[in-house]
Amino acid sequence: MALKFEVLGRFNRARAAQLTLPHYLCQTPLFMPVGTQGTIKGLTKNQLEEIGCQIILGNTYHLALRPTSELIDELGGLHKFMNWPRALLTDSGGFQMVSLLHLADITEKGVTFQSPVDGKPMLLTPEESIQIQNRIGADIIMALDDVVRTTITGPRIEEAMYRTLRWIDRCIAAHKRPNEQNLFGIVQGGLDPVLRDICVRGLVERNLPGYAIGGLAGGEDKDSFWRVVAQCTAALPEDKPRYVMGVGYPLDIVVCSALGADMYDCVYPTRTARFGTALVPEGVLKLKHQAMANDIRPIDPMCECMVCKNYTRAYIHCLVTKDAMGSQLLSYHNLYYMMKLSRDLHSSIVEGRFPEFVCKFLQTMFPKGDVPEWVCNAMEVAGIDISSCCREMRFDVDKSSTL
Amino acid sequence: MEQRKSPVRGSAAGQLSFPNSDSRSAPHNPQRPARFHLSGPPYLLSSFSGFSPAPVQPASLLPCFFSSLEGISPKTISNIGGLHQMLSLHQHIFAAVPRDSIIALPEHDSTNKYGASFQTPGGRLLIKPAEYVELVSSMKPDFWVTLADEVPAWVSDKRNRTSVDRTLRWLDDCLSLNKTGTTIFGSIVGGSSIEERHRCAQEVAQRNVSGYWIGGFGLGESMDERAALLTAVTDNLPEDMPRHVSGLGLPEEVLQGVAAGIDLFDSTYVYHLTLGGFALTFPLERNKGDNADYQLSDSGGDDMKINLKATIYRKDTSPIVESCNCFTCQNHTKAYLNHLFNVHEMLAQTLLEIHNTHQYLGFFCSIRKAIEEGKFEQFRRNFVESRRECLFAAASSD
Repeated sequence: MALKFEVLGRFNRARAAQLTLPHYLCQTPLFMPVGTQGTIKGLTKNQLEEIGCQIILGNTYHLALRPTSELIDELGGLHKFMNWPRALLTDSGGFQMVSLLHLADITEKGVTFQSPVDGKPMLLTPEESIQIQNRIGADIIMALDDVVRTTITGPRIEEAMYRTLRWIDRCIAAHKRPNEQNLFGIVQGGLDPVLRDICVRGLVERNLPGYAIGGLAGGEDKDSFWRVVAQCTAALPEDKPRYVMGVGYPLDIVVCSALGADMYDCVYPTRTARFGTALVPEGVLKLKHQAMANDIRPIDPMCECMVCKNYTRAYIHCLVTKDAMGSQLLSYHNLYYMMKLSRDLHSSIVEGRFPEFVCKFLQTMFPKGDVPEWVCNAMEVAGIDISSCCREMRFDVDKSSTL
Repeated sequence: MEQRKSPVRGSAAGQLSFPNSDSRSAPHNPQRPARFHLSGPPYLLSSFSGFSPAPVQPASLLPCFFSSLEGISPKTISNIGGLHQMLSLHQHIFAAVPRDSIIALPEHDSTNKYGASFQTPGGRLLIKPAEYVELVSSMKPDFWVTLADEVPAWVSDKRNRTSVDRTLRWLDDCLSLNKTGTTIFGSIVGGSSIEERHRCAQEVAQRNVSGYWIGGFGLGESMDERAALLTAVTDNLPEDMPRHVSGLGLPEEVLQGVAAGIDLFDSTYVYHLTLGGFALTFPLERNKGDNADYQLSDSGGDDMKINLKATIYRKDTSPIVESCNCFTCQNHTKAYLNHLFNVHEMLAQTLLEIHNTHQYLGFFCSIRKAIEEGKFEQFRRNFVESRRECLFAAASSD
């Protein structure tokens, strides 16, 4: 175990904590931007520090292809290679299984991909994934899990869940640097509460440094999504970090934090920036829209980031309609927004004003009071009164004991 | 999208001053004198995204081209408060020049008596003097260049003469339309004809302008013919007025221009180098007798630049240039840059552009120093000779 997790404040299930990792002292809840190939698209390390990024995600699959984990190891690890002084997390390469499924073959041994670069077959076993991640050297590494889309039903989900448990033992055995890198297990089981429960118990038995809730953020309906998160956070140990993978939208992060999750990652803020979309408290702002061409206000007048302090919507509009490089400004702003959200979640919990923060957040995003039903239901379970934000209260929540 | 350029001051005299215009809404700084005095060279800093993470030098020239501002109307630029405000570069000097050697090339076939034509990514654009002046006034640059009819070296004498006549007429149009009393550089053309260059320069020298912009270069003439054409112009210009030339980018071309009396340059050299993954490694302190690195030539490098995409840099944990103070060299290695280029990451371009701009500006710094020490000719000779030596050594090692 190479981390410390200390809860500093709570509100019902939500918690604000200090997560001490080998390279950085972090505050949760926190969002982790995705730097797939050893860089966050177009932003320098100075800018990432300015924005307040604490942990950055690197993708094992991509880095193993180029420049290879052996090279990264030889040059002293990914931190040194990128010159990133704070924390890093690598995923297992498993997500590519879902996204490249038509090219993948999953067996008990591992996963065969067809490399999108040169078409060569690549076998990723749990042992290989951990070895690669050991060489890359991130503060947190992820177990290789058997991921299935939540939109699939049937025996495949059960098979994947049990396999994930068998693979975690192989990952633990292969992990050569447990004093420097924290291996997180990933809870699978689709949308089935029984399977999820088995998986949680199995992982908790292994006494890992932290746990992730996987297999979500893949197109399932929101009602199912929050219920799985709620079930898992209720069952996972209190004193270890909980990471919901692939989340996401600011609203989803607020809800999951209310339900007791601590860490998140998603390509959304940076990807949407490359399409010309900015994140704002009210929702999104589409900079490519013609209406932006003459708008000389900043993206968000209340935002303190370098972009909002210096540039107008009109100018950014003129840039993003030309090429992706123009979207660097939007990536900067969007990540700033996400890190500010993280800081606000942490401080509002610590300072005992979390429900007020949630209400203000929802009121700003849904000024007409049309908060989605799933959010209302989730907040009910989280014990947060958001009646002031909703036009009508809902009472049809399924309060089964697993929540 | 701005154009990247690197002008510099090369001539012997020390200062280039611009009035600090009231129309700029930069906060008033009582410490700052009413006029900008640039005792260093102005230079240009620009990046694709419109901002640079590196600390920015206090005085930069940024050519802004009307065509690059498609997507934003002059009125909106004006509402924002002009270029300085829009780009949030209040400490910079901006020059407005119609020609952009990458995205607004002069299209001499389509230029007619009404206006100058340019080939841009958005199609062909014809701009008339009145429209040009209107655009420039919305941008509020520190100085601007009058509209010119630039022609390449191979046009007929008749077409060349027409270009001079037109350019002079448009110069007068721009001067008369200039209501706000801003700083104007008169444009001088004349193609590859010594007589026309003389004629145009003499005419422009008689107009009431604050400096001279020399166009029509970098459009097909050879370096050998250019020297005479440049001096044909500069011989007719007053000593104490700045001369700005577009289209000369290679270090040897810059040295040629400086020798002919040019003060300000803008070029696409840094832009093209960066696109190709080449990093400048000017030995700014020239050490004669250093062993040429033959390995460099196999990867397309020479003693002035290296190809960061080459596999020899995969594991190279040194910065691009050991003694370089730029952000990139202070923070990153050749190995990392090599990786970024190989996976086509945006950050590669950003980091390399910072380094190349820094190096190129350093080159201009060396030129200024050589001039001040009275050693310019020697500096130029050494530079050109050592380049030749390296290329000769590379060729003979094959």
